[in-house]
Amino acid sequence: MFEPQDPNRIQLNSKGQLRHFLTTEGLSRELLTEILDTADSFIDMGAKQIKKVPLLRGRTVVNLFFEASTRTLSTFELAAKRLSADVLNLNISTSSTSKGETLKDTLMTLEAMHSDMFVVRHADSGAAHFIASRVTPDVAVINAGDGRHAHPTQAMLDMLTIRRHKGDFAPLKVAIVGDILHSRVARSQIHALRTLGASEVRVIGPKTLLPRHIEAMGVKVFTDMRSGLQDVDVIMMLRLQKERMNSALLPSESEFYRLYGMTTEKLAYARPDAVVMHPGPINRGVEIESAIADGPRSLILDQVTNGIAVRMAVMSMAMSGQTVERQHPHEQAQ
Amino acid sequence: MTSGSLSVDALLDKMGTELKALLEQRHIDNPLIVGIRTGGVWIAERLQQQLGFEDPIGILDISFYRDDFTQKGLHPSVQPSQLPGDTEGRHIVLIDDVLMSGRTVRAALNELFDYGRPASVTLVTLLDLQRRELPIQADIVGGTLAIGPNQVVKLSGPEPLELNIRQRT
Repeated sequence: MFEPQDPNRIQLNSKGQLRHFLTTEGLSRELLTEILDTADSFIDMGAKQIKKVPLLRGRTVVNLFFEASTRTLSTFELAAKRLSADVLNLNISTSSTSKGETLKDTLMTLEAMHSDMFVVRHADSGAAHFIASRVTPDVAVINAGDGRHAHPTQAMLDMLTIRRHKGDFAPLKVAIVGDILHSRVARSQIHALRTLGASEVRVIGPKTLLPRHIEAMGVKVFTDMRSGLQDVDVIMMLRLQKERMNSALLPSESEFYRLYGMTTEKLAYARPDAVVMHPGPINRGVEIESAIADGPRSLILDQVTNGIAVRMAVMSMAMSGQTVERQHPHEQAQ
Repeated sequence: MTSGSLSVDALLDKMGTELKALLEQRHIDNPLIVGIRTGGVWIAERLQQQLGFEDPIGILDISFYRDDFTQKGLHPSVQPSQLPGDTEGRHIVLIDDVLMSGRTVRAALNELFDYGRPASVTLVTLLDLQRRELPIQADIVGGTLAIGPNQVVKLSGPEPLELNIRQRT
C-alpha cells in the first residue's frame, strides 16, 4: 500500500512554485491566493471573441480517469483546450485486484507518447501522489479526485466562487453539510478554508457520516442543522457517496433529507444573505430541495463555470513550475 | 549611457503632438487607446489626457501570450486585460513604454486579435532601444537610446514618471 507523505516535497519545485497539484493541504495562503488570482484573469477571458490563450500550445494533456466523472472530466477537457493544449481522454475502469500493476503499465505507455500532463481521477486515496512520484520529472500531475483523500481543484473552484460572491474570507462562517466521512471534497475544502483564513469552518452531518477526530482539522462539529447553520454565511452541501458506502450508515434517504437536506425551512437558520453551494451531481430531494438548487441563493452553476477557470490556472501554473524546474533547476527566483 | 534617471515629460509632449498629427493624417478621429501593462498603461493615460480623448483606455496584460512562457514560466501576478467595448473594426493606438526585441508587441498583437479584428493598429513607444529581434517598428517614438548589454531600462511611475537606467545585477 502506498502511503502519501509530505505532499509539498513533491508538489512544489525548488522555488516553491506548483509543479503538481495533489492536495490543498500544506500549501501556503500566498500560493492558494495566486491560484485564485490567476483563475480570476481566466474568467475575464470570456470577453474575448476567441476564448483561448496559447499557454499550453503544443503540449499534450491526458485525462486519466479510473473512475466515472462527467463535470470534472469535461471541465478539465475544456480548460486544457482553452489553454490550446492537445487533449486525450482515457476512461479506464479498474478491477480492485490489479490496480497497482495496471497503473504502472498505463503510465509507461502514456509516457512513451510524450505526454506533458496527467490529470488523474482514481478511487484509491493517494493514487495521484503515487503517479506524481513515479512519472518522469517533466510530467505534471493534477489530482482530479483520489478516493476519500483529496479533490483540490473542486475545493479551489469553491474558494473562487466564495471569494467572487463574498470578497474576503476573514469574516466568513462556512458550514460543510452531509457525508463528510466519504468526502474528498470536504477534506480539501477544510484545508483551503483554514489556510485562506475563514473565521469558522463547521461540519454538519449524522454521527455515522462524520469521521472520528475530524475536530483535529480545526473545524466545529454539529449533528443538528438548526444550531449548525446559525450565523453561517456559506453552506457547502455534499453529495451522499452511495457508491462508497459499504455498510448501513444511513437509515434511509428520506430520513437523511428530513434531517440534513437543504430546504427553504433549514436555509432560514443561516444568515439572510447566506449562499448555497454543491459540488454536483446533485440528488434533488436527498441532499437539496429543487427550489433551493434552482433558487437565487444557489451558486451551483457558478461553481461549474468557475471550475474551468480554476483548472486553467492550476494547469498553467503546474506546467510553468515544471518548465522552470527543468530549465533552471538550481537558480534563485528572479 | 551611464546609469541614471530621465524625466519623461518632455518626451511625452513631443509624442502627443506627433500622435495627434499622425491620427489626423490617417483620418482617425476616435481611436481606442490601449496600454500594455504596466508602463504602457501609464504612458497611455498621460497621452489620453494630453489628446483629450474621453473614452476609457484599454489595458492589455500579455502574460498569457508571451513566447518565453516555456523558459520563464507564468508571471505570478497576471491581471486581467480590460478592453472597453468592442474592438472589432476600431482604430487602435497601442502603447508600450520600452520597445526592444519586439516580442512584447507581437504578443500584444496576438491578444488584440483574439478580441476581434481591428481596423488598424498604430504603435507608440516612449523609448526605442533598437535591439529588434522581429520585424516590428513603432509609428511614434519618444526617444531612442543605446544601452550596453548589461544595462536595463525601467519606467517607474505613475507619479512621477521616470526612466531609470541601471546595471543588471
